[in-house]
Amino acid sequence: MIEFVKPSVDYFELWPLLLVFGVACLGVVVEAFAPRAVRYITQVVLALAGLVGALVGVVLVAQDVTTYDDGAARGILAVGGTIAVDGPSLFIWGLVLALAIGGVLLFAERHLDGGMSAFAGQASAVPGTDAETAAVAANREHTEVYPLMMFAVFGMMLFPAANDLLTMFVGLEVLSLPLYLLSGLARRRRLLSQEAALKYFLLGAFSSGFFLYGAALLYGYAGSMDFARINEAVRNDVGSSSLLLIGTGLLSVGLLFKVGAVPFQAWTPDVYQGAPTPVTAFMAAGTKVAAFGAIMRLFYVALGADRWSWQPMMWIIAILSMFVGAALAITQNDIKRLLAYSSVAHTGFILTGVLGLQASDQLAPGEITSVQAVLFYLTTYGFATIGAFAVVSLVRDAGGETTAIERWAGLGKESPVVAAVFAFFLLAMAGIPLTSGFVGKLAVFSVALAAGAWPVVVAAVLASIVAAFLYIKVIKVMYFDEPVGDGPKVAYPSVLTATTIAVGAAVTLVLGVVPGPVLDLAAVAGEFIR
Amino acid sequence: MILTILILLPLVGALVTAFAPAAVSRLVGIGFAGATLLAGIVAAVQYEADAGMQLTETHVWIESLGVHYALGVDGLGILMVLLTVVLVPIVLLAGWRESDAEGNGGAKAFFAWTLALETMSLAVFTATDVLLFYVVFEATLIPAYFLIGGFGRSGRGRAATKFLIYQLAGGLVMLASVIGLYVVSADNGTPSFLLSDLAAIDIDPITQRWLFAGFFIAFAIKAPMFPVHTWLADTTEKATPGTSVLLVCVLDKIGTFGMLRFCLGLLPDASQWATPFVVVLALISIIYGALVAIGQDDVLRLIGLTSLSHFGFIVLGIFVFSPTGGTGAILYMVNHGIATALMFLVAGFLIQRTGTASIREMGGVEKSAPVLAGFFLVGGLAACGLPGLSPFVSEMMVIIAAFDHHWLVGSVAVLAIVLAAFYALWMYQRTMTGPGIAPVQDLDRREVGIIAPLALALVLFGFFPMPLLDVINPVVHDTLAGVGIAQETQEAGRQ
Repeated sequence: MIEFVKPSVDYFELWPLLLVFGVACLGVVVEAFAPRAVRYITQVVLALAGLVGALVGVVLVAQDVTTYDDGAARGILAVGGTIAVDGPSLFIWGLVLALAIGGVLLFAERHLDGGMSAFAGQASAVPGTDAETAAVAANREHTEVYPLMMFAVFGMMLFPAANDLLTMFVGLEVLSLPLYLLSGLARRRRLLSQEAALKYFLLGAFSSGFFLYGAALLYGYAGSMDFARINEAVRNDVGSSSLLLIGTGLLSVGLLFKVGAVPFQAWTPDVYQGAPTPVTAFMAAGTKVAAFGAIMRLFYVALGADRWSWQPMMWIIAILSMFVGAALAITQNDIKRLLAYSSVAHTGFILTGVLGLQASDQLAPGEITSVQAVLFYLTTYGFATIGAFAVVSLVRDAGGETTAIERWAGLGKESPVVAAVFAFFLLAMAGIPLTSGFVGKLAVFSVALAAGAWPVVVAAVLASIVAAFLYIKVIKVMYFDEPVGDGPKVAYPSVLTATTIAVGAAVTLVLGVVPGPVLDLAAVAGEFIR
Repeated sequence: MILTILILLPLVGALVTAFAPAAVSRLVGIGFAGATLLAGIVAAVQYEADAGMQLTETHVWIESLGVHYALGVDGLGILMVLLTVVLVPIVLLAGWRESDAEGNGGAKAFFAWTLALETMSLAVFTATDVLLFYVVFEATLIPAYFLIGGFGRSGRGRAATKFLIYQLAGGLVMLASVIGLYVVSADNGTPSFLLSDLAAIDIDPITQRWLFAGFFIAFAIKAPMFPVHTWLADTTEKATPGTSVLLVCVLDKIGTFGMLRFCLGLLPDASQWATPFVVVLALISIIYGALVAIGQDDVLRLIGLTSLSHFGFIVLGIFVFSPTGGTGAILYMVNHGIATALMFLVAGFLIQRTGTASIREMGGVEKSAPVLAGFFLVGGLAACGLPGLSPFVSEMMVIIAAFDHHWLVGSVAVLAIVLAAFYALWMYQRTMTGPGIAPVQDLDRREVGIIAPLALALVLFGFFPMPLLDVINPVVHDTLAGVGIAQETQEAGRQ
């Protein structure tokens, strides 16, 4: 009989996490009791206040944390060692919260589609029935999206901070379930949206099963769910290595599914296309950041000593992701699908940074580390992605958003500003200098090459060329092709979407020209608590 | 400071031009181009021949990656800077009306993008940090892309995409080598991208070869060399002549500039190791470029392809590793810039008048437009290396050096003189003489004013190349000393 010990909760360090969770619960209460007329404004204000408060909390905590156990890492292990509030956690928290604020602003946008948000009037009404017509006529819209999103944000914060396999699984589920729902709530093209949600749910549930199975096997190997104990077991080479290897493989399936790495990328284009564009923006940026945080923690902290086993696997997956993502993106004729495949390619580039893990004694003083490079890349990618999808939500015709690429022809003349901003985001994704994407690529390629993974870097360079073609193709359509029919129309957004786009573009430019401060911040974030 | 001012002036000019009222945007643009020209002249006056890298500025840019905002010029740099600041105002004046014509992207955009391109080019020629060089090297592509895609003949969007893909591919391959240099420097202690730090590192020969491959592929695409030249003809055919001047006479020089600075400067062993291969490619470029040029019907395409041949000479001069060859190559870079700019601009004026770029549909222009024909002839004769015009000096030096290197190399290279005479004079004969098309208007005073300085420069440097040689010789001396080749006489280039 194991005696249950009540863990002590470090309320100060966990404040940002708890605040987000509290606001999410409060949102559910609001949904139950507040009259319909005030729900929208209450939910938006509540969500924004919660996120901003949590962001302030992250900054305060980050200034307060001290060195852990005389090691290189700073931070604490909270709640009985299950949650690590360390430098990388705090960096990712800050990033996720900043992206979530952008997400809320996009969710709340009502100017683009005749005074209504992008979400369905009544999700339970079958498309094409009277119930749906009635919901549309009554100008209804779902405001549950805000608490759902806050739950997802909570999951995105817990996932990368989890310091044992069970907590990580909880984080994974809390992050995923609200996103499955959110994907199915589009106001227009509802069947596509519901199909996306179902696909995402089924495949996601399946991959969670893999994760859980892997966790069980690893527990069988190490006798503990705790990352530090697993690390110890790996170092001492206890037990059967086949349990370790199979467990690692199954855990990787669950995690790589979330970041959309090849061969687990099949859901990305359908979900990115079907989900309401604000959800796509938030999900694409936030999930990737959170899941890469979790991947790094699992592989560096728990399995760092076993890296000769998993690095070859990462090599192959990184190379496949880059090439398959870039090559399939070229064949797409829908802008959201194109961005989805491009995100698969970016997953490959980020993995290039992840596999650049080196022991600290192999690094020259001042040389960029793998964690630093990946955190920086995630920052650049997150802001560029959320900005790019926000721009996608502006280009519309009578049937809602026009996502067919050929309909974007002539956008350069129709709306020079929108076209220029979108072109800028594309150039950032292509990694052209003086945009953040270039410095991100430079950082991850550098750590990979320093770790001796030159074949991956060569492949990454070749894949970058393929990817560059794809982004240039879109720019060419916008600027140099003749418009089809009337050409695209650009809806004027309210200050909400405009702010998100402006901040995304500003961050993309600033990180391209003066990346120093954020790189330094990522360096200060330093190492995981081991 | 002067170099920073030089770089910032056109950038500010580009922004002001872009936001200025359409009525004055051209005046604003030319004003900034003129100011940049003045700044370039000031820099040239401050420059002292034979004093190595100078006018330097160094500031830390990205500390954790060892990147510096570091500028400086040697003789090669200052000549390229001068070439750039001189050609940009000329291009802007030549595009004064044309860029506003129906179907083009508007004069304002043309002026703003051209100034943006000037900023990036000047930064490329003055950067003394490898990553800074790379950043601006790639950044030149964006203005160039919009200049090609926004102005010129139909099909230019496609040409612009082809151009950008080629250049980005080269750039990304080079990125691998740039990162490789970073890793090498990190392995040697402190990560740094400064040229001076990197030059001090003794890189092992095998690593050098890999790094060399990355740099050389990028610079060969840029220069361009056979077999990665195919973007060149399409681009020059579709773009406006002004854009082609910027691309071929300024931007492409980055290729040969980079070979001297990075391949020879940082990777001397690998450069010597690759010499046979590069020399063969250069010879193929020389002969192939000239042969293909002969067969062209499109004037602009023809001129573009002649550059393939000329760049072959420049690369040959660089890679024979002799004082005469090196000096000839750098001199060639300047002369080619002037002569080809003249050819492109005159051809542009010709096409405006005849309404076609097809050589077959022209003829007899010299009867109605003798001045235009005269300038065209000067440009053509310069291209085929007539003594008395400046390209002759540089071409002779490269050929002499080629014979010194190996008699076979020299005798292949010398064939190009015959071919050049053929394409240049045959083009002149078919367009300007014989039974004519309807009479065309001759060049007006504005147009003569734009191109006359170029023609004068060709004659001037044809007879007095000394001022250029005084600046070039120290660079060649230093570069060859770095490669480990003793120099018999520093005055070798002065015959």
